[in-house]
Amino acid sequence: MDLVFVIIVEMFYAVAALVLISAGLAVVFGMMKIINLAHGEFMMMGGYATITAVKLGANVFIAMLIIAPLVVGLIGLVVERLVIRHLYGRLVDTMLATWGLSLFFIGLATMIFGNTTTGISTPISGFTVGNYQVNGYNFFIILVAILLLGLMYAVLKGTRLGLIARGAMQLPDMAAALGYSPERIYMATFFCGSALSGLAGAILAPLVGLVPTSGGAYIAKAFITVIAGGPSLITGLMVSSGLFGFISQIFTFAVSPVIGEVALLLAAVVLLRLLPQGVTGKFFRGRM
Amino acid sequence: MASFWAKEAPATLLVAALLIWVMPMMIGTYTLTVLVIYGMLGFSLGLIWGFGGILCFGQAAFFGLGAYTYAIAAINIGDSTLPMLMAVLVPAVFAALLGAMMFYGRLTDVYLGVITLVVTLILFKFINSTAGPDYVVGKARLGGFNGIPGFQTLNVPGRPDDYILGDPFYYFCAVLLLIVYLLVSWLLKSSFGRMAIGIRENETRVALMGYDVRARKTVLFSIGAAIAGLAGALFANWGEIVTPNLFSLGQSAEIIIWCIVGGLGTRVGPIVGAAGLGYLKFLLGQQSMVDNTLLTGIILVLFVLFLPKGLVPAVVSLWRISFGQRRRIHKHGARRIRSGSMGNG
Repeated sequence: MDLVFVIIVEMFYAVAALVLISAGLAVVFGMMKIINLAHGEFMMMGGYATITAVKLGANVFIAMLIIAPLVVGLIGLVVERLVIRHLYGRLVDTMLATWGLSLFFIGLATMIFGNTTTGISTPISGFTVGNYQVNGYNFFIILVAILLLGLMYAVLKGTRLGLIARGAMQLPDMAAALGYSPERIYMATFFCGSALSGLAGAILAPLVGLVPTSGGAYIAKAFITVIAGGPSLITGLMVSSGLFGFISQIFTFAVSPVIGEVALLLAAVVLLRLLPQGVTGKFFRGRM
Repeated sequence: MASFWAKEAPATLLVAALLIWVMPMMIGTYTLTVLVIYGMLGFSLGLIWGFGGILCFGQAAFFGLGAYTYAIAAINIGDSTLPMLMAVLVPAVFAALLGAMMFYGRLTDVYLGVITLVVTLILFKFINSTAGPDYVVGKARLGGFNGIPGFQTLNVPGRPDDYILGDPFYYFCAVLLLIVYLLVSWLLKSSFGRMAIGIRENETRVALMGYDVRARKTVLFSIGAAIAGLAGALFANWGEIVTPNLFSLGQSAEIIIWCIVGGLGTRVGPIVGAAGLGYLKFLLGQQSMVDNTLLTGIILVLFVLFLPKGLVPAVVSLWRISFGQRRRIHKHGARRIRSGSMGNG
């Protein structure tokens, strides 16, 4: 019974972590049809922003939930102005440019923070269920993921800003004709996406030792979750995170964490093979 | 076809022979060997991406597979001839299976990128976790993140004690690259090659004309993987150790950067890009002021923004503008190759 509880918590935690990891990329990809391969590095910078802020004496929750998203969002804004805005509509070129950015940020972080592992301890202590130790921080991550999805839904569905964003996502020309500059919408979207990446990196930072190359661990997972999720932002994110989180946790418990990861990746390959036209067909509907 | 063997091949041979002879006077053969190997690896992606329009994010998977196949086979067999052949065949067969799965499922650009990326990651994670003593192929332990050291390196066929090392190994690699280059040039001149370019330019049209696009793409993908596998086997011989890093995303990224910097849609471009950036990295590795990765990143971003066609096409068109007689400039540019199918389909 205790084991079942632990497994269920772990399952939800895996799904929530995937939601967090992918949210930033999903916003940028869903709204702008841009694949930001520097996403992992944005998360890494969110982690470093948190750790630096905590070391300077900030409260850990303020550092994670406010400082890190702001810092990374601003970095994203600079990146958008300098590089990405020249490449709109050129999907593969953006992928390559952001890959270059990812290498650039890894190098930068190595020069600033050094090639060593840093970290902070988890701010919420664990507790025991029967014979098992449960990490209390997992509940925090699950909570944040749920709040994040709710907030995204509320903003997109309920506010005027969300309406404009969804309109620009479907028909950018029409939005422009109605007086909303797509350029500014894209800029704001990229800021939000980067801020979400920063938030995710900050929240996951206490769980992992942070090195400048930490981003690489996230990008592939985020990439496949978003691509497999398909066109609709929130539903797609939930469905694919749920599926992949479930599969990877089952294999993690049954065999080993490495096999869990491999199972996740294999599931992605199979899913994309089974739904190529279906996902593609949905995928570019807003654009064409 | 006839003009290829009559005109282009002798000219290529002459230039290559000159380069193979002159280069060791400027750069040590040890470094030069690895530049040649990188050139071959870049060439393999240049072929499938620049001429087939297949953007593979996992060319490193075939490179690593070639290197590991060679290492494992060499330990088990003890002579290098058969392992070399296997190192070409195994990645080719693997790529044929993977390619058939992708192309017969009509996956295109982004999805292709995701799947090749994911397959590379699976191999990387799997090999990385094989440190335990249970993971054995024949006599060879896979060794996980430690890699496999101490295998039989290249020897004269049939005489396992006559090693090909140092200068002879450099000439061996260079001549192999030349042979691969000539074979690929010939392939591109053949109807298969022209059809591959046709598929790159407009896949739907070629399919409607009644050609089997899927089979052709699969074969081309497999040829690219075979070349990458050969490069991997040579790299294993050069480094005398194989590690999971050969499969890493960083390695894949580097191959893509070589192609972009050198110039897509040209045969020389990826080789020049690979050797040039490889040498640059070697030079930068000797200083510690600026991080190497940072510079690689900046180079990639700047090229995508300002010179998306790459160096070789830029130099060629500059040459034409300055000296050439007014010939029709080829219309297919690197941008078209990279994002063409997005616009059409």
